[in-house]
Amino acid sequence: VLSRRTYWQSYVMLFPYIIFLLAFGLLPTFYTVYLSVTDNSSQIFVGITNFMTAFGDFRFLSALKNVFLFMLIWLPAMLVVVSTLSLLLHVRQSWFSETMKMLYYIPGAITGSASVLVWLFMFTPSLSPFGGLFGLFGVNNLVQTLNADQMPWVIAIMTLFASAGFWIVVIYGALMGIPKELLEAAQIDGCNDFQLATRIKLPLVSRYLVLMLILSFAGGIQVFVEPQVIYSATLKSFGNSTWSLNQLAYNYVVELGNFSISAALSLGLLLISLALALIVIYKTDFYRTEAAE
Amino acid sequence: MNKNTVRLDQVKTKSSQGFSLKDWLLVAPRVSVLLLAAIFFAVPLLWLLFAPSKTDDQILQSAPLAFGALENFAVAFHNLMTYGDGVLLTWAGNSVLYAVLAVLLAVAVCVPAGYVLATQNFPGRKLLLNLTLIGLIMPASALVLPLFLGMTSVKLVNTLWSVVLPSAFFPFGVYLSFVYFAGNLAKDVLNSARIDGCDEFQLFRYIGLPLASPAVSLVAFFCFVGSWNNYFLPFVMLNDDRTFSLPIGLAALVSSTPALNPAVGGFILPIKRPEVALAGLFVIVPIVVIFVFSQRFVRSGMTAGAEKG
Repeated sequence: VLSRRTYWQSYVMLFPYIIFLLAFGLLPTFYTVYLSVTDNSSQIFVGITNFMTAFGDFRFLSALKNVFLFMLIWLPAMLVVVSTLSLLLHVRQSWFSETMKMLYYIPGAITGSASVLVWLFMFTPSLSPFGGLFGLFGVNNLVQTLNADQMPWVIAIMTLFASAGFWIVVIYGALMGIPKELLEAAQIDGCNDFQLATRIKLPLVSRYLVLMLILSFAGGIQVFVEPQVIYSATLKSFGNSTWSLNQLAYNYVVELGNFSISAALSLGLLLISLALALIVIYKTDFYRTEAAE
Repeated sequence: MNKNTVRLDQVKTKSSQGFSLKDWLLVAPRVSVLLLAAIFFAVPLLWLLFAPSKTDDQILQSAPLAFGALENFAVAFHNLMTYGDGVLLTWAGNSVLYAVLAVLLAVAVCVPAGYVLATQNFPGRKLLLNLTLIGLIMPASALVLPLFLGMTSVKLVNTLWSVVLPSAFFPFGVYLSFVYFAGNLAKDVLNSARIDGCDEFQLFRYIGLPLASPAVSLVAFFCFVGSWNNYFLPFVMLNDDRTFSLPIGLAALVSSTPALNPAVGGFILPIKRPEVALAGLFVIVPIVVIFVFSQRFVRSGMTAGAEKG
């Protein structure tokens, strides 16, 4: 039987977290809802006017298209690269596979502006160790690698470089969790390595791949750093300040001082993330909270 | 489990009496794919590591992965220090300060909260757990602009706290602590200590905390990496270049020099490619070192609660 003292002392230990949850989670969200339905200067309720203005902006459609194209390249690439490499690593565990896994994992440390900086050098054909590859495609300067049509590819490659290793470690860990009796039984039944990988291992870790895709999608629609840094690092020669949806939302505040439309756009992005979070919580069994009971 | 799988493979190899041509045909594609991937992941970093060993001209003319001379690192560092009177060191200091403050606050906030959520049943527990899950699955970037709009209204933008406090709000840390205590702390132990007269603070102090170090290191690792690498949040919150963190500073440094755009003229500072690459290493090296020693954290962190045991 828990006493009254137990209750108040427990709430004391929870109190700082509850304050943080309110101050940096719920309040900014509700404030954004408020801003998004009121007029920027008069603060009068205007319903969905701000959303109509935001979605009607020609830059919105263009940013939506950019983000969509980027994810159309990045997500399938993640699926192929992460599952192939984890399965290949798992075929035989040795110093070789451990070293390779470490090499794939380390770029995960490099995100944001540093990653963009590295890749801007890599995308400069005259400097890049991958220069020969550019030659194959008849590309020989930065103007040709960073042109607007290729920007989704450029950003997808940067993001793949920084995000794949983390998931390779996770999926590889999941593969190590498959009961060995199962794999032995399959081998005794005549499964070769390829069949073992595609028919036994892959289905058993597919739920991790699904989680990866959902979380990557939720992160991907928020893309901001890469296009922003490409734009500023190349002294505004490449990309633009409203390439992605988050850039557009930011642009409304800093360039136009319009908090309401910015809030409408951010809220749209936030709601998509929220919906995906709810799907993960209620439709997958990854984040169990009832183990404690 | 791991060992057994290896043993099975060894048995197979041995029984085939060494490597025949057929074995090579089976092994070669796997090794080639893994090596090709390694080139994609490792070469950009090697390039960055070697670039400051060369002069700007050498970077253009020599083989991309050639090593120049060690003393060029010193030259590049010296040149880098001419930028804003060595503001790079200020940024490095800021990055450490922001990350350490965020980690300390996050640990202090998350570990007790996770402990209570795991060991007590109280009104509101379910709600708090669900909000925590939502907070941990949603990307942090989704809240950056709402936070910026809020911080602007309370006049906190451009302060240390506008970066540190949101980084210390870390639902993932609460969840990690929750899973850890739920799996490692028997309720019977707590109940018998309660009967012996311990109050809740004493239980946490003498039973919870001594067990907590794995949870503390997980929370600290993920919070530190998140805070050190964060770009979007400090980018919108900070506008005085003395308060920048390294990632923001790096982007500012690159965009005020012609290093990546030599066609643009009119720059007097000696900040060229080797200097920019060295500045990049400032951001990368500390986190890479931490990463190398932390691979196991990633797995235990991501799959916490997803598997039993």
